[in-house]
Amino acid sequence: MAEEEKVIEELTTEEALTDPLYVPEPVEGATEHVRSFPAAPQFQEKLGYPGERPENWQEVALAKMDELRGKFRSFRLFLDICVKCGACTDKCHYYMGTADPKNMPVARQDLLRSVYRRYFTLPGKWFPDLVGARELTEDVLDEWYTYYFQCSECRRCSVFCPYGIDTAEITMAAREILDSVGYGMKYTNEIIGKVFDIGNNLGLPKPALASTLEDLEEEIEDDTGVKVRLPLDEPADVLLVTPSADFFAEPHIDGLIGYAKVFHALGEKWTLSSYASEAANFAMFIGSYENMRRIALRIRKAAIDLGVKRIIIGECGHAWRAAYQFLNTLAGPFDFLDPKYPVPQHICEYTWEAIQAGKLRFNKEENDFYKVTFHDSCNVSRASRMGNYPGGQFDIPRNIIKAVCNHYYDMPEGTIKEATLCCGGGGGLLTDDLMEIRKKGGSPRMKALKQASEEYGVNKMAAICAICKTQFSKIMPYYGYGMDDIMSVHQLVSNAIVLPGSEQEAELDGTDENEATEAAE
Amino acid sequence: MITTLYALLYYAATIIFVVGIAYRVWGYWKTPQPANIVTTPAPVTRTGVVWRMFKEVAFFESLWKSNKWIWIFAMMFHLSLWLIIVRHLRYFIDPVWTVVVLAQPFGKYAGFFFVLGGLGLLFRRFVVARVRYISAPSDYLMILMFIGIGLSGLLMTFVNKTDIVAVKAFFRGLMTFNWQPLPADLPVLVHLGLVAVFLIVFPFSKLLHAPGVFFSPTRNMVDNPREKYRPVPWLPPVSEVTFDPPHGSKQS
Repeated sequence: MAEEEKVIEELTTEEALTDPLYVPEPVEGATEHVRSFPAAPQFQEKLGYPGERPENWQEVALAKMDELRGKFRSFRLFLDICVKCGACTDKCHYYMGTADPKNMPVARQDLLRSVYRRYFTLPGKWFPDLVGARELTEDVLDEWYTYYFQCSECRRCSVFCPYGIDTAEITMAAREILDSVGYGMKYTNEIIGKVFDIGNNLGLPKPALASTLEDLEEEIEDDTGVKVRLPLDEPADVLLVTPSADFFAEPHIDGLIGYAKVFHALGEKWTLSSYASEAANFAMFIGSYENMRRIALRIRKAAIDLGVKRIIIGECGHAWRAAYQFLNTLAGPFDFLDPKYPVPQHICEYTWEAIQAGKLRFNKEENDFYKVTFHDSCNVSRASRMGNYPGGQFDIPRNIIKAVCNHYYDMPEGTIKEATLCCGGGGGLLTDDLMEIRKKGGSPRMKALKQASEEYGVNKMAAICAICKTQFSKIMPYYGYGMDDIMSVHQLVSNAIVLPGSEQEAELDGTDENEATEAAE
Repeated sequence: MITTLYALLYYAATIIFVVGIAYRVWGYWKTPQPANIVTTPAPVTRTGVVWRMFKEVAFFESLWKSNKWIWIFAMMFHLSLWLIIVRHLRYFIDPVWTVVVLAQPFGKYAGFFFVLGGLGLLFRRFVVARVRYISAPSDYLMILMFIGIGLSGLLMTFVNKTDIVAVKAFFRGLMTFNWQPLPADLPVLVHLGLVAVFLIVFPFSKLLHAPGVFFSPTRNMVDNPREKYRPVPWLPPVSEVTFDPPHGSKQS
């Protein structure tokens, strides 16, 4: 196919393969074949959506669009004010990785904006061709489904837009409209159903959760000689809500061990909840406030039932956005918690505070095998904050890493912090049926990592997002890295932390004592 | 005849412009923005947000980060436009304010930069494949309209000088409902015709970016979602919600 050749030509030049911010020329239709599986009717209905496409689907979809226009200023405004300046066209990692022009943020928005113009604006009604307006046909609906599930809602475009237009807002609305006509996505919607039925994305019931936590306690005791507890459903001061991947997947689980060790070292009374055993909130991905709220309310109920004073969220990007920007709005006010602490807090804020207070002891040499870089996760960077000043979300994780590692290096400017590149698997795309787009969308980040490896010998990348971790462990092998070259930040903490009464402490202090005696003799 | 035509055109255009924008802005104003979706890092105080918006509106901060070429042309275009608008106030007010008098020499030559900026933006639209892909016919026409306004304005200022006193009398006449004849030079008619089109098109088009940017929630919100509780207007308060039952309690 000529198209395919053009894509290959665009994306395989020397520059294209090495420059993380390389911008290809557009090749129309380059990824129009990449489509995720739609959700089966029973999963749609569980979320309050029709299982089948209704007869009058056009009416339903347009009514939904009108409704969303009345509910969200972002959506209403962003549909109107784009001037097509083109500033965003080279900013999406999916465009950079695929060359498909419909993956340019403004073009992705236009898939929906063109329909909005046709039905809701005078110029679109009177002169559709002049203003690029079009009818809502079945092809258009399919196109929405294809390309709105090639967006990870990472908000990189919103940083660079002179009006702050956030494609994520349009994508969320489009997905909500698709859902309203029974055209949902299997991966996201099945997972939300699992949260409703079982309590978490992975579908781990309480007994499985409890036995996993017990195993982890044993593992920690074997490693350190200290009995570190991972309490479940116990009355406590701190409720930790973490992505369920932390209970199950690598390298996530090492992060969970890290949180437990930090809590232990500080003598914190903390607990996990089997009811709110999930920090992730995939309903955010599909733009459904109703479902997002239903998931968020679990955190509220768990906090009330367990009588905690504060809520802390584990390492997860979109979950931190769902918690930071949405939890208070959807499930607040949290006036029953201790007003001394913000609601919610990030585990990194908690750990960094303890490090600053000198309450944690580390042996940084434990991480000396590693030359570490940090991947800023999209939602943490562009949709949240840590600490009390703007940009704390960039500094705090780096500060933690530097406190526990001797070798830290940043990836190139323009690929980190507010301009960070998505892992390629966010926004509900972390499914095998979208592997092609995940690999291509992750390529700018991988090229940035390669540069850091070549320049500084970086061999590990740390992240604070469950989706990033899973995505990278899948795609890094394609770029010459190992599956375990992606790490949790709290895994590095876990490696270096010296728990009171542990074998590590004895070894360190013992050696010191021996050296001291030797020197004295 | 032409005077009547243009007089009516300007009354209509002004009404459409003012009412249209007011209606759109009212729409943005009354539409809720339930969650705080500010793009971070963002200011944590109101004052900080005012400063952020100022940098955005006056210096196109985000565009600067994004693309230097668009920034240069856009800056040229918009700054000139402001100077030109201030200069043009002299045709509507009497006596002329000092600011307007001071802006006069700058405003006169700003016309060249206005056209140049417009040409730069038009050029990008043709030449950069990505931008060409996202351009509808109306996007080209919009820039051509501005270039047309600029060129006809320059023509009547520097080449084919118009009886500007008469033009002022025409507009003062419109404002006091005491119509005065409009000089029927071609550049004047083209210039004023295109400006009327601009006024009419404004509330129905992407020109809404000008008032719209102030309403952009990713820019104008304070980064305080943890401190400030913002309920969703269409969802019941938490005191009235039912929670999902705990897993395992449902089985009968």
